[in-house]
Amino acid sequence: MNLESPSQQLWKRFCKNKVGVWALVIIIFLTLIAAATLLLSWLGLPWPMNPNTTDLSQKLLPPSQLHWLGTDHLGRDVFSRMLHGAPISLTVGFTTVLVSLSIGVVIGSIAGYCGGKVDQCLMRLVDAFLCFPTFFLILTAVALLGPSLINIVVVIGLVSWTETARLVRGEFLTLREAEYVHAATILGQDSLKIITRHILPNAAAVILITAVLGIPEAILAEAGLSFLGFGVQPPQATWGNIIADGKTYLLEAWWLILFPGFAIFITALAFYLVGDSLREAGEKK
Amino acid sequence: MTTTEPPFLEIKNLSIGFSANEKVIPAVRNVSLTLNKGETLAIVGESGSGKSATALAITRLLASPPAVYQGGQILFNGVDLLALPEKELRAYRGGRIAYVFQEASTSLNPVYTIRSQMAEMLRLHRPEVHNIDAEIIRWLEMVGITNPKERLKAYPHQLSGGMQQRVMIAMALSAQPDLLIADEPTTALDVTIQAQILAQLRKLEKELGMTMILITHNLAIIRGLAHQVAVMHHGSIVEYGPTEEVLQHPQHPYTKALLACIPRLDEHRRRLSTIEKELQ
Amino acid sequence: MLSFILRRLGLSIILLFLISFISFFIITLTPGSPYPWGEMNPKISPEVKAAFRKKFHLDLPLYQQYEMMLHDLFTGELRSMKDDLPVMKKITDRLPATLALNIMAILFSLSFGTLLGLYGALYRGNWKDMSLSFLSFLFIALPGFWISYLLVLTLVKYVGIPILGTQSYGIEFPNHLTLWLDRLWHLMLPAIVLSLAGIATQSRYLRSSMIETLRENYILTARAKGLSPTVVLYQHALRNSLRPLITGIGMLLPSLISGSVIIETIFAYPGMGQLGYQAVLERDYPILITLNMIVATMVLLGNLFSDLLYALVDPRVRLE
Ligand SMILES: Nc1ncnc2c1ncn2[C@@H]1O[C@H](COP(=O)(O)OP(=O)(O)OP(=O)(O)O)[C@@H](O)[C@H]1O
Ligand SMILES: [Mg+2]
Repeated sequence: MNLESPSQQLWKRFCKNKVGVWALVIIIFLTLIAAATLLLSWLGLPWPMNPNTTDLSQKLLPPSQLHWLGTDHLGRDVFSRMLHGAPISLTVGFTTVLVSLSIGVVIGSIAGYCGGKVDQCLMRLVDAFLCFPTFFLILTAVALLGPSLINIVVVIGLVSWTETARLVRGEFLTLREAEYVHAATILGQDSLKIITRHILPNAAAVILITAVLGIPEAILAEAGLSFLGFGVQPPQATWGNIIADGKTYLLEAWWLILFPGFAIFITALAFYLVGDSLREAGEKK
Repeated sequence: MTTTEPPFLEIKNLSIGFSANEKVIPAVRNVSLTLNKGETLAIVGESGSGKSATALAITRLLASPPAVYQGGQILFNGVDLLALPEKELRAYRGGRIAYVFQEASTSLNPVYTIRSQMAEMLRLHRPEVHNIDAEIIRWLEMVGITNPKERLKAYPHQLSGGMQQRVMIAMALSAQPDLLIADEPTTALDVTIQAQILAQLRKLEKELGMTMILITHNLAIIRGLAHQVAVMHHGSIVEYGPTEEVLQHPQHPYTKALLACIPRLDEHRRRLSTIEKELQ
Repeated sequence: MLSFILRRLGLSIILLFLISFISFFIITLTPGSPYPWGEMNPKISPEVKAAFRKKFHLDLPLYQQYEMMLHDLFTGELRSMKDDLPVMKKITDRLPATLALNIMAILFSLSFGTLLGLYGALYRGNWKDMSLSFLSFLFIALPGFWISYLLVLTLVKYVGIPILGTQSYGIEFPNHLTLWLDRLWHLMLPAIVLSLAGIATQSRYLRSSMIETLRENYILTARAKGLSPTVVLYQHALRNSLRPLITGIGMLLPSLISGSVIIETIFAYPGMGQLGYQAVLERDYPILITLNMIVATMVLLGNLFSDLLYALVDPRVRLE
């Protein structure tokens, strides 16, 4: 009767939740803006202004017709800086999740497939990671390694794979008993093939959901690092470091705090809502 | 004009649906039943035919939403329970109409002792009882629990399935209700335990003159206890009458099929026929 | 019971070793030097540098450094590389403020989280539940530093009330009561901001566990008894849905400590988060390692405590 593939069904159920769909629209919109900004500045046409042009005569101006979101302490246009910060946040979000997913999937697969002692040891490692104050660990490592985009992505990824590993392992423990996996084992397929052909595709939904929920975590962590001075370094604008630069002028220039923070907030919120909506769509069977 | 006493329980044209995705799926259609004091009514029917929904609707226990009470009346001593405000209805629940459910193991709250769960019932519906422990022990003895005193402090998971069901029955009876509704009280139990619970119910019927509604698949229960039988199919009552009549001369093809399906101990040859096949 | 506790303590010790190992290597294997005067400072003679390295065992091979670190950690001889004060003293100085803040934040998370989760479960599916869900994601997505600044901005600039530090300065307090009230007031705002994410996660967990419970047969039994909805909810359903609440006690801690790094900096609140941030800035290895170990110990103790508490709440759980 039902010829739709599982992913089509998931998508259909996802579309029923209006909140999730709107959140997805926001994410797509943000991604397009980020891409357009990158493209324009690569073509040498930074829009609406060059984010790094300083003009001390124009410093700390409130939002106006010319500077939509005001200017900072060096007279740079906040709106332009925010546009140029968008690709950074999204890149951090997506690439970090790639790192943490790969680690999590590999470790979770090994634990779930091997079971026994190997599983025990790996799960103790996961337990140990759960005892760490994650953000503090990230901060320490990034501060010691030196803050750069690569370091931030790798460190956040290295610290946040535990959830994925646990979920993948859980899926493995249930799927390992499934008929078709038995069948494949009996037919003599080798382990790696069984994992990649039969088990991982079935765990895909769970992996997708953790991935989506991991993106805002990474974005928020990067913003926090930026705020403490260990994010992507100036002059590159990021949402976090606009706020970090602006905190000295808190009482005079509220726009330096309000707008970039709002951007972080909306982006993170949109990803969380999409993730949650996906989770719900995956649950209803 | 003569005033006739209203019947003990009269269900008139009860219809219930469950809302799902903005549609209402009918579960009980136009059900009418009458029950006199001291009588036992058995409701039979295949799974999903609306037996539990009907029974729960009597004190509006089906949560709404998703349940939709689409129409009809439930007159209990002349009072329409469907129209009664929730607050007044609560005095009927447990106090005048008590329930025993199918799975005793999940129907008792796992984190409270037997005593506290039974005491809750007594405090609510029989405030005149002062020695609560003694009263609980009396009812536990009544349903055939040995060492009732020791059981007071037990948690549900420390009792066997049969024991748990006895506790459920004792709890329901302890409020001295006028009507006991038992929804498949023995289905989840072993055959020997089933027989014991059944004997217990029969004893209660005799000693207390209890009015009961029994939902069951068990022909032995129907034979031994029920005065009337109602057969449900797809939410409607397809056959309704005195027990002997229905069992001896089933009219509706569905009832015939149902009787053929129920394994009878007195038959050497167990005929397994599916309802669908007979209906074709 | 006793054997359960002993086994858990044994496992915790293994975990602590693992944690000390991870923190030690993350910190020492990263490039850069811990000299308090900077790597290339020409005014520092090689002899001074050598003395510093010797003092903090930096001249030894790594595995020996690790050994010395563990030894000093357990004997309490670990000293700050920055000002040579015993690490333990620096941390215990911060302990009262840290405990006050975190306990307050845990209380907020658990109580408000429970309340929101409860109502979400009760009204599941309708607009009240959806708005509560939305609210909890709002809380999770709020960057702590942003909302703190907005609060500080509005309160200080437009309302003009003091909120930074642990108490108001330059004021004579007529009695102890006013002093403590003033301190409580200073605690409130950081604690609320710190607990937002906790409130949200807690309410999500409680909501789903409560929805499961409300489907149970014993809830039907309770309603069939004629109990009022309040009694059904609080006595029969809530008690059976407490698992996330109790697990929360231990598991909330790591994220709170993480959050307090930022929140304490903004509110000038002298807790462990602030100490940690300073230690990061100064590359004060001994403090960093000790902080991680202390947090991990607190988390493990919290988990043990919550397991014991859970056995108390649910008689089916037997600790073996
Ligand atoms: N909470 C509910 N939500 C939606 N539909 C329900 C709900 N409860 C019952 N139904 C539907 O109502 C119909 C009647 O269910 P009911 O539980 O009364 O059957 P039953 O005769 O008691 O069956 P069984 O012998 O399995 O107990 C079924 O089709 C069922 O799917
Ligand atoms: Mg039923």
